[in-house]
Amino acid sequence: MAVDTVVFWVFGPISVGSAIAMLLQRNAVHAALFLVVNFFTIAVFYLVLGASFLFAVQIIVYAGAIMVLFLFVIMLLGVDRGESLVERIRGQRVIGIVLGVGIAIELIAAVRAGVGFARVGPAAFDAVANRGGNAEAISRVLFRDYFFPFEATSVLLIVAAIAVVVLASRRRRLTTRAEVVAQVPDEEAA
Amino acid sequence: MSTPIAYFLVVSAMLFAIGTIGVLVRKNALIIFMSVELQLNAVNLSLVAFSRMHNNLNGQVLAFFSMVVAAAEVVVGLAIIVTVYRRRRSASVDDLTVLRG
Repeated sequence: MAVDTVVFWVFGPISVGSAIAMLLQRNAVHAALFLVVNFFTIAVFYLVLGASFLFAVQIIVYAGAIMVLFLFVIMLLGVDRGESLVERIRGQRVIGIVLGVGIAIELIAAVRAGVGFARVGPAAFDAVANRGGNAEAISRVLFRDYFFPFEATSVLLIVAAIAVVVLASRRRRLTTRAEVVAQVPDEEAA
Repeated sequence: MSTPIAYFLVVSAMLFAIGTIGVLVRKNALIIFMSVELQLNAVNLSLVAFSRMHNNLNGQVLAFFSMVVAAAEVVVGLAIIVTVYRRRRSASVDDLTVLRG
């Protein structure tokens, strides 16, 4: 068995298992930690697939920055609150699980029809697509073919930063109609 | 590389489905958000696998862009959750009924 097959069969079950464990956790911090495990396994898959740059980005951006942000917000909001098990829509949980399993079956059938379970990637990937190393090759594609989208993402990041500052500022402002409605007690509940 | 590409696509499909179930079933806004992240990662994995299959890097660049967009989305989404929490004292999506008809 080749090395990449061994890596796949070791990390594949961990990946799916950590995702399911994330789903089953009541505690948001535990769910976030299982999600970190899942992000690491996806990073390993990137490495096996010849995307070593994305492997580093996945660990730095996802497992590092984004999950720290998640944990920070969980700590900020308090972790001791349990989740209510009351279903607002009758049978929502069962329907959700059935639909999710249906999506999985449908996607796997689509993979079987479109790609097939025997097709192996080309052996010359590192020599052709990854010529000069993955980081160099990806920068060649990024700055030649996708330069305009790359610049557009910088605008996107600035807009996101401004949006967060606006949303998070505690400045006193005019109350909107929706907030007035939200503050009066619910008539149906009373 | 001797692992069929489809294996990675199947893992990606399973992760995507698990994320979907999380969005549909869970009530805590933060966990729903984490499930959305899981779905994004599943799609990124399939993009990288397709990039490997077609022997060019366009898929990896697209995954890179999707990571950038996901980072921006997480920041704004978490800010919205914090703002909602500050106003309603709850992170449960069931309590957000202001827009109810």
